[in-house]
Amino acid sequence: MTGTQIVQREQALSVIGGEATDANLRRFLHGIPGVDAVGLEQRAAGLGTRSIKTTSKKWALDRIIELIDLTTLEGADTRGKVRSLVAKALTPDPSDLSTPRVAAVCVYGDMVPHAVEALGSAHGDPDAGGISVAAVATAFPSGRSSRSIKLEDTSDAVSAGADEIDMVIDRGAFLMGRYGDVYDEIVAVKEACRRTDGTYAHLKVILETGELNTYDNVRRASWLAILAGGDFIKTSTGKVAPAATLPVTLSMLEVVRDWHKLTGQKIGVKPAGGIRTSKDAIKYLVTVAETVGEEWLTPHLFRFGASSLLNDVLLQRQKMTTGHYSGPDYVTID
Amino acid sequence: MTRLAVPKTYKLYIGGKFPRSESGRVYEIVSAKGAFLANAAQASRKDARDAVVAARAAVSGWSGQTSYNRGQVLYRIAELLEGRRAQFIAEIVDAEGVTTAVATTQVDTAIDRWVWYAGWADKYAQVAGNGNPVAGPYFNISVPEPTGVVAIIAPQDSSLLGLVSAVAPALVAGNTVVVVASEKLPLSAISLSEVLATSDVPGGVVNILTGSPAEIAPWLASHADVNALDLVGAGDLEWIDLQISAADTLKRVLQPENGPDAAAPSLGRITAFTETKTVWHTKGLI
Repeated sequence: MTGTQIVQREQALSVIGGEATDANLRRFLHGIPGVDAVGLEQRAAGLGTRSIKTTSKKWALDRIIELIDLTTLEGADTRGKVRSLVAKALTPDPSDLSTPRVAAVCVYGDMVPHAVEALGSAHGDPDAGGISVAAVATAFPSGRSSRSIKLEDTSDAVSAGADEIDMVIDRGAFLMGRYGDVYDEIVAVKEACRRTDGTYAHLKVILETGELNTYDNVRRASWLAILAGGDFIKTSTGKVAPAATLPVTLSMLEVVRDWHKLTGQKIGVKPAGGIRTSKDAIKYLVTVAETVGEEWLTPHLFRFGASSLLNDVLLQRQKMTTGHYSGPDYVTID
Repeated sequence: MTRLAVPKTYKLYIGGKFPRSESGRVYEIVSAKGAFLANAAQASRKDARDAVVAARAAVSGWSGQTSYNRGQVLYRIAELLEGRRAQFIAEIVDAEGVTTAVATTQVDTAIDRWVWYAGWADKYAQVAGNGNPVAGPYFNISVPEPTGVVAIIAPQDSSLLGLVSAVAPALVAGNTVVVVASEKLPLSAISLSEVLATSDVPGGVVNILTGSPAEIAPWLASHADVNALDLVGAGDLEWIDLQISAADTLKRVLQPENGPDAAAPSLGRITAFTETKTVWHTKGLI
């Protein structure tokens, strides 16, 4: 563990008020004020009605592309599919080379070497103009397997060159109230993200909000994931409906805001699944800017997990540059 | 006691649903004598865009049906039109200020024309397609296939007949349609959309926009996802410009026609919106 991580751990434990046992976590998580569901949905709906004018829209479209984790998570994925995904990540719109690159490509663990190879010299930090490789791990999407398999899955992806790990929490344990198990697992996976040189891959913790049923649970799971050391909290795997919704993302952003006020640390948020249109994505940008501030709109603090969203953004972008409507024949099929 | 008048405000027909215009605008439809008849939605470019998206989504289903089935569905529309004959006649009398006899002729001609085109659905390929003679042991077959999404500017001086004459032939081959109805005489188009909504035509196959063709046509002409443009009713617009912007994305274009014979029934209007596919297949040499 590095020095800052020890400080973080101590901060987390002081927030919990003791060791991370089931009892202590339960006392803390159930002591958090409940979510006003009606108010939350109303606020989210209100944020979705902002009128975005042309210049802001232009900025927003480019920023959305820069924040996308271009994803392919299918059983039928092949090397070729990953290579074409990477090609699209590098050059989203061949008809307009001023189009920015996406932040990362997100693939299954066994596809990481192919993604790294296809990216070549472009593999790197999105802040430095590179594209990261994110891998889903820990028996994604269900998370139903033993701890040792999950850790092996994680370290395997990290050693293959993944910069970011998207883990799933054990929703079964969470819903049973075994918060200690969930906490310990996130801590263990975080440790498995350690590279040989002592640095860590970024850890995104997927809450799978569609299975948590209530906003109260989403808020508790967000706190739990942040306390256990997640760098990002992510809404969904994309395999369960409902996936990302605006109210759920808003409630997660509120936890991130509170944590920032409490400790000064900035945690990232990644809505994933179900965001298919530029219009929806812009609503998320508005929500982030209004809840935690515009400084969150960077690849290190906010991401969209999406595959079809990119095509819609490209169509809108083409409409703005050429002045007439474009069609799906003018973007790649994926 | 006199009844309170119930003025109607009609909506657009996009993707099998009846949405208001995204812009929220409406305009008054007036009779030939200038009396108020109803309000119609005034479509904006975004409505046109939505209509194209709906039409594109409907292409595979509609063109994938067997041509026989398509013919049945189109014939069913003619049946429904027949059932609403009185309503169409009354609307045309109001809107165009013609006698009942003239209106009746228009409606009957429109229904007959619809039946005529419905009949072509499983026959036009035999006429427009061909088995080509080639020097080799191959079958070489050319078949017409629908081009995709067809945008139509309906004849502006006719309520029902012009609209039917333009829309029906485009549907025969399996294209889907976005049509801008007559700006001054949209009532029949609106009633036709109600007919279509209760018929067997899948949602999105026909999308009807009411409003200003001058405003909407340029967006449809330049839209990259529209495959063909029928300018039959665009005679009063800057249609040369529309043709030029349609050429940017290689659309098939039909030019404006004027007068009562505009869009007269012909096989040519069906094949205008088809592409010819030619396939080679080996012959058995046993």
